[in-house]
Amino acid sequence: MVSTELDIESIRKQFPILHQEVNGKPLIYFDNAATSQKPQSVIDALTHYYDSDNANIHRGIHTLAERSTTAFEDSRKAVAKFLNANEVEEIIFTKGTTEGINLVASTFGRKFISEGDEIVVSNLEHHSNIVPWQLLCEEKGCVLKVIPVNNQGELIMEEFDKLLSDKTKFVSVNYISNALGTINPVQDIINKSHEVGAKVLIDAAQAAPHVRLDVQSMNCDFLAFSGHKVYGPTGVGALYGKRELLEKMPPYQGGGEMIKDVSFSGTTYNDIPYKFEAGTPNIGEVIALKAALDFVNDLTPEAIAEHEHELLEYANELLKDVDGFQPVGTAKNKASVVSFLIDGVHPFDLGQILDAKGIAVRTGHHCAQPLMERFEIEGTVRASFSVYNTKEEIKEFVEALKSAVKMFKA
Amino acid sequence: MANIKEAQEEIIENFSMFDGDMEMTIGYIMELGSKLPEFPEELKTDENIVKGCQSKVWLSADLIDGKVVYKADSNTAITKGLVSLLLTILSGQDPDDILSADLYFKEKIGMNRFIGTQRSNGFAAMIKQMQIYALAMKAKA
Repeated sequence: MVSTELDIESIRKQFPILHQEVNGKPLIYFDNAATSQKPQSVIDALTHYYDSDNANIHRGIHTLAERSTTAFEDSRKAVAKFLNANEVEEIIFTKGTTEGINLVASTFGRKFISEGDEIVVSNLEHHSNIVPWQLLCEEKGCVLKVIPVNNQGELIMEEFDKLLSDKTKFVSVNYISNALGTINPVQDIINKSHEVGAKVLIDAAQAAPHVRLDVQSMNCDFLAFSGHKVYGPTGVGALYGKRELLEKMPPYQGGGEMIKDVSFSGTTYNDIPYKFEAGTPNIGEVIALKAALDFVNDLTPEAIAEHEHELLEYANELLKDVDGFQPVGTAKNKASVVSFLIDGVHPFDLGQILDAKGIAVRTGHHCAQPLMERFEIEGTVRASFSVYNTKEEIKEFVEALKSAVKMFKA
Repeated sequence: MANIKEAQEEIIENFSMFDGDMEMTIGYIMELGSKLPEFPEELKTDENIVKGCQSKVWLSADLIDGKVVYKADSNTAITKGLVSLLLTILSGQDPDDILSADLYFKEKIGMNRFIGTQRSNGFAAMIKQMQIYALAMKAKA
């Protein structure tokens, strides 16, 4: 692989939030798996929409409505390109990954999954890729099956093979685990699921900022991601679905935009993607999402991943020297997430002490309680690195950890 | 022993030494927690867990000579320190005084700033539980 050195200092300059002190110390932001910070271009796109173009989209005939509609639909094209979707109409704007998964469970699930059918998720899932399927199972009498994980936090693929049968109607798995950073063999999962006729949804919430996504080559049926984890605003995300499936699916919510004609004798629905976009969307946020995707494309997903991988290796190397360090999740193939425990120190205490030192990490169960249960722990400390993080920050973080550990051994 | 107001004044004075330094304050809170007397294992029951806390807190109370005497423990060092502050102020006081206590020390030592909103919700749950015990003791007394 050709080394594509990024100029991290100039990237950092694009993120105004990074240049501040927290509790008297320079901010080190390592909570990127929860949400990423936003470059100036995204903040400017949001502001520009509100100070120059704000108008409701699609039905207005005036100039502002035309401008906002064009920008909104340009963003859809940008998402289609980002995911390499075959058609722009296959992109539905949502509030985020959670809504994307709920949409599929409530529409595809309700129409095509029945009593006795099986849905497969994994033990690595975020609650948002568990609960929508549990709700569907409660309603329809279908059965939820779970791919187990090994002690390294990797999916046990032999067990997945055993779960698949002609009863399997749907498989929904994350590309990258939010809690551990494990990168899952999604291609294998998609291929094998298709062999038994099951449809597949990929939860790409963590993958979108770290790997190049190509829904056509992956051949997944659905893929959902969130804008805010990929340098974009909160409250916006996208769901990709294959046209043939989206067209067969009933609408998600009723309201404006999703209809063709409304009458009390019967209502006809709009074409995709609008059929799934009832109500006024987060227009400004959708528009600013394009700026976020442009940011990623300019740097290239490959270069971002390379830098983050370097950070991960560096962190793994330094963390070995921390007294009582216990990594949770040591998969061979990992994104830039380090989940860990320190012997005899509660994650909450560690999180508080690190915050006092200006370092933002996440502590707790990371909305993946079944996974914590699997490892028989209540939670972990999670540090997750992004393109704007540096080795110097990791060094600071490890030093801070060492001094925190000393507080407990004292 | 000090009354509720005096105990709070002493805590406020002790915290003022750190002049807002969060690391030192947290270190001090943890030190206070480590000085709590051992909490009997048999009292670590589900009924004694304070709900609303992110971390676990166990709290029990006895009526001794008309005063409410609390025992507490937590699985996290900082929370244990926080609950020890409450014990310093409220343990050994009259049930009526506990029920009518104005715990102004929280704002004075900048609890929110040091501990964050989620944790201070847990703190509110601890206070509520201590008052529920006091109310029960009052009925018994």
